[in-house]
Amino acid sequence: MKFLIELWEGFKIAIIALRANKLRAFLTTLGIVIGITTVIAIHSIIIGLNDAFYSSISALGSDVLYIQKFAWGSHDDWLKAMHRKDITLKEAEAVKEQSTYAKAVAPTMAARRTIKFGSEKLNNVIVYGTTEDYIITSNVTPEFGRPLTPLDVDHRRQVCLIGSEVAEKLFNRVNPLGRKIMIGHSKFKIVGVLEKRGKVFDVNLDTRVVIPIGVFRKLYGSRRWVTIEVKVKDADQIEEARDELTGILRRVRKVPPLKENDFAINQQDVIADLYKNLTTALYAVAFGVGAISLIVGGIGIMNIMLVSVTERTREIGIRKAIGARKNDILWQFLVESVTVSAIGGIIGILLGFIIAKVIASATFLAAAISPISIIIGVGFIAIVGIFFGIFPAYKASKLDPIIALRYE
Amino acid sequence: MLIDINNIEKTYDIGNSNLVRALRGVSIEIQDNEYIAIMGPSGSGKSTLMNILGCLDTPTSGSYFFVGEAVSEMNDNQLAEIRNREIGFVFQTFNLLPRASALHNVELPLIYNGTPASKRKALAKDSLERVGLGDRMEHKPNELSGGQRQRVAIARALVNNPKIILADEPTGNLDTRTGEEIMEIFEDLHESGNTVILVTHEEYIAEHTNRIVRLRDGVIERDEALA
Repeated sequence: MKFLIELWEGFKIAIIALRANKLRAFLTTLGIVIGITTVIAIHSIIIGLNDAFYSSISALGSDVLYIQKFAWGSHDDWLKAMHRKDITLKEAEAVKEQSTYAKAVAPTMAARRTIKFGSEKLNNVIVYGTTEDYIITSNVTPEFGRPLTPLDVDHRRQVCLIGSEVAEKLFNRVNPLGRKIMIGHSKFKIVGVLEKRGKVFDVNLDTRVVIPIGVFRKLYGSRRWVTIEVKVKDADQIEEARDELTGILRRVRKVPPLKENDFAINQQDVIADLYKNLTTALYAVAFGVGAISLIVGGIGIMNIMLVSVTERTREIGIRKAIGARKNDILWQFLVESVTVSAIGGIIGILLGFIIAKVIASATFLAAAISPISIIIGVGFIAIVGIFFGIFPAYKASKLDPIIALRYE
Repeated sequence: MLIDINNIEKTYDIGNSNLVRALRGVSIEIQDNEYIAIMGPSGSGKSTLMNILGCLDTPTSGSYFFVGEAVSEMNDNQLAEIRNREIGFVFQTFNLLPRASALHNVELPLIYNGTPASKRKALAKDSLERVGLGDRMEHKPNELSGGQRQRVAIARALVNNPKIILADEPTGNLDTRTGEEIMEIFEDLHESGNTVILVTHEEYIAEHTNRIVRLRDGVIERDEALA
């Protein structure tokens, strides 16, 4: 009870003292504000990115392997990989025939085209040329209509599946099934509308259009890169599948026994690893900047508290004369430094959230307010306030009341 | 017996092995409800004696019993508690907290002994009314006259109902008329049963009391009871 009374009194004294020196208090808290703002803003953005990232990456599927010319996330091999032979449709057929672990194999090619329906137009839509297996490998089913069939693929029919957003934007309330749209300069009949899938990074899956691969090659050229998407039957056997695919591809591509693979088998977890490295670096930057400004801010607090103790020497003498113990004085000044730190910190937390939200709305980044951010912020406030306040408070508590009372 | 000081010495080390002997063997006994003045020229040791009496300082040697308790052997916290509960200080320069209201200044000693807020307010109000400042409670010290400030200080000294009121030149910063008003308050306090110790160098102030202790060069020169 007594402790709480003192804490509350200390807080009131602190507020009075701070109000007497508003500008000084403001300048003192600035370092803390900047430090906490940085930490909270970056943390909120990382949390937001995490949400966006993990929902994105789940669209890739953890049981899907992507056979490509380039390996994800390695820049060093880029030049070397440039000279590799392209992945071909023949290889996709070989994989499909020979693999025992594969559930579905879909060669895909992609290009960006403008699509039109009447006067409505959508630019930069990703057009995928692929096979009937695509709906399995990319884990997306038509919400309306039907998927691509082997007949569509074999007969190179000018039919397409459209993403949910394409349907909304081009057709509004009209039923798109059976209607014809222009993809580039060719007419396609819509046979299905894909369910909503969201974004994978900056690629919006809901604005994609899917057409048979033969049509794609005929209209947009056959020299584009092919990705062979392979969905395995059992996610636990993904490593076995990878070994098997490596064997098949080396054979088909005639890689000599002692030579390295001239292709890459990519997997979702490579991206996850890359992402983790990125966010770890971001965290390091955030905490570096945050820690430096908090130390600078903390030294500012210590400095101002030392000034405050000197200025209020007489007050300390009076308090001691009428019965304040060393600990009472220690608490009073500690509460004051924590209050300064807390005011700066609370402003910093709010500012951090606001900045994170502004950045998120202005860029592709996301932001989320998490209780952990607040806990981190409050933790820093307490640590800085106590750590940098303890020395001035101790100095105040040690003052001799007789000398302090005589102080002018 | 309220205060029993026996052969007290106080020596200050002012550096370079220079020692100042502020008190060289002082003995006083003070009874309950005495009204006493301690006098002496500056440098006589009266401030040092006052600090020791007020438990702000401890003697280098000798004994000090306050209501039978050995003050000379107390630690800082025990001294703080005695100052809080048993002693009410009144200073020449008032020593009020400049940013706090009269009421808050009077409440201050109660904060340090953990009196709950509601009771604190009531006690502080009573105390201010007792010194005739019931209508100035929310005023800050700089909104009050010198005499009013000293009344606030007296109210603060009284609020814990201490055994002694220790006043160090309480009229030193006041004009004669206001000084007389303050002395009347001390007389009232004495009449209502308080023990009052005044430190002063002015004869006419000391003559209000019943006993004058005169110090010179760290020893008691004369200790006389007045009629």
